Amino acid sequence: MKLHEYQAKDIFAEAGIPVPESRLASSVDEVMEAVEDIGYPAAIKAQVHVGGRGKAGGIKIAMDEDEARQAAEDILGMDLKGYTVEKVLVEAGVDFENELYVGITMDRSEGKPVAMVSTEGGVNIEEVAEENPDAIAREHIDPAFGLHPYQARKVVFEAGIPRDVAFDVASFLSTLYDLYEANDASDIEINPVMITSDRDVVAADAVMNIDDDALFRHDDLAAMEEDSYEDELEAKAGEYGFDYVRLSGNTGIIGNGAGLVMTTLDLVDYYGGTPANFLDIGGGAKAERVANALDMVFSDENVDSVVFNIFGGITRGDEVAKGINEALEQFDEIPKPVVVRLAGTNAEEGMEILNTDLVQVEATLEDAVQRAVENAKEVSQ
Amino acid sequence: MSIFVDDDTRVVVQGITGGEGKFHTRQMVEYGTNVVAGTSPGKGGQDVDGIPVYDTVSEAVEEEDANASVVFVPPAFAADAIFEALDTDLDLVVAITEGVPTQDMAKVNKRLSETDTRLIGPNCPGIITPGEAKLGILPGNIFEEGNVGLVSRSGTLTYQVVSNLTERGIGQTTAIGIGGDPIIGTSFIDALEAFENDPDTEAVVMCGEIGGEDEEQAAKFIAENMDTPVAGFIAGRTAPPGKRMGHAGAIVSGSGTGTAESKINALNDAGVPVGDTPNEVADHIEDFL
Repeated sequence: MKLHEYQAKDIFAEAGIPVPESRLASSVDEVMEAVEDIGYPAAIKAQVHVGGRGKAGGIKIAMDEDEARQAAEDILGMDLKGYTVEKVLVEAGVDFENELYVGITMDRSEGKPVAMVSTEGGVNIEEVAEENPDAIAREHIDPAFGLHPYQARKVVFEAGIPRDVAFDVASFLSTLYDLYEANDASDIEINPVMITSDRDVVAADAVMNIDDDALFRHDDLAAMEEDSYEDELEAKAGEYGFDYVRLSGNTGIIGNGAGLVMTTLDLVDYYGGTPANFLDIGGGAKAERVANALDMVFSDENVDSVVFNIFGGITRGDEVAKGINEALEQFDEIPKPVVVRLAGTNAEEGMEILNTDLVQVEATLEDAVQRAVENAKEVSQ
Repeated sequence: MSIFVDDDTRVVVQGITGGEGKFHTRQMVEYGTNVVAGTSPGKGGQDVDGIPVYDTVSEAVEEEDANASVVFVPPAFAADAIFEALDTDLDLVVAITEGVPTQDMAKVNKRLSETDTRLIGPNCPGIITPGEAKLGILPGNIFEEGNVGLVSRSGTLTYQVVSNLTERGIGQTTAIGIGGDPIIGTSFIDALEAFENDPDTEAVVMCGEIGGEDEEQAAKFIAENMDTPVAGFIAGRTAPPGKRMGHAGAIVSGSGTGTAESKINALNDAGVPVGDTPNEVADHIEDFL
């Protein structure tokens, strides 16, 4: 789960990290009220869950009232990489001399959190990591003890942070780790940390993503979640509780287990088709869930053909067959041809139940995918 | 021969009285697994199909001499269950639970490094040595005794590849699902090393997927340390960057790391053929034998 900048900044500020004065606004009038209080220069920043907002035109600096109004009109309601901007953060501009990067994430290859500090702030840190990896100092954290103060100092000195602000930055980092741990964050970063002309240290941006698997113990954070899906199908998948990713092709794909569903997508591509989506019904799905999955895929107007590939471990073939029947029997005419392949637990029982007047059946994954790709080609012609 | 589990494995099921725990205990027993005990705090003294239930893992170890556990405990309590298992010096802990918070696993990982216990998972289908023992949720009937080892990050993809092998009469020494989470107990390299040291394993299948760098590291290990031939499969060639494909670990980052292409190239460079389809993986294994 991603927090918005304004939500993360509230959490940072409460923990004692200095952030610029700011106000949240969702209309041009609200923006104008906010800038009146805050003064100029002011930054108008789109609050959407996409990276690279600045480059995409989602952040503007206003030096006066006209510019503020123009920025508010431009940004509010704009489409930013598929997301509509409904809120902006109006923030006091910071007169800065340097931009730094500090962040904490999980290093999966080490199985430990890692703190990162760099003097090259203000740009995409992944690009820095790729082009100039030595520009980022790293320190692994023992999760049993947390970030020792000496480690925070060490990584700050290694990064070459100016000495007069080094302790301030180290203190930021320690606070960030406390927040990372207390909130089950998956990533937390400030990019940039700005050093002002008065040599104060300020968090000019804030990124905080929470581990979805830990939300059960963070009701406060879960309540901050704002559904912002790129399209209504992904929103619908969220309601149904499916792992779903929409793609641009015309062969709809439903399966169980992430690895097998990805493989089915890859095979659609391999046999000359184009995958319309990734949809994992998960383990142990009952008939209703199976029917919902078909409803999902049929709702995508790009879909010309569907392949349903189940290899049951905890998922039972008879339940899947029941769900497919339920979903399809409500139609007078099946919207798009459906190819079914059932294997594994109770597959034989499933095949007995499955209404083969409504679907095409194939015994192997390869055959099922090939047939679905052919169907897609025929239908789209 | 086999790796990690066999006829002598004595299993305690943690969370044996829950729905999943009970169902899969029956399946494991039916397969011939030696399930000697279960735990469920507060339900000590009861039994499940005649298998004694204890309040704690240490009691189960003391009374029934268990040397391995399978964890079916819900995500909020899974890390605690694994800590409990690690504190009793079991040889093996298999954590099936999906959705364990990553920071919990980082703490488990730290404790694990101080013990001699092997952890498989979490978020995995488990491990099976065909004809001897099954610890987890894998459908036993698709496996057959033989001499191909299999290690995979994904459960259902494992079943797919195994059925491609079994259909041709190619059996397995042991098959392990290591799990799709960012932090897991047993890595590809751990499993590959064990297969390399198992005299009966004549070839190995490794099924990876997008995300992380585990497959690249495994490729390096294979090139430097293995004589046993390995064939590979990588899921997620068509996955777009920045989208999580089901597994928490399965994501191609914005900067392009973790791609299928990088993993396939690394494996090919290590002399490992990578199948375009699961069936092609079985072709490669057939060539090796």
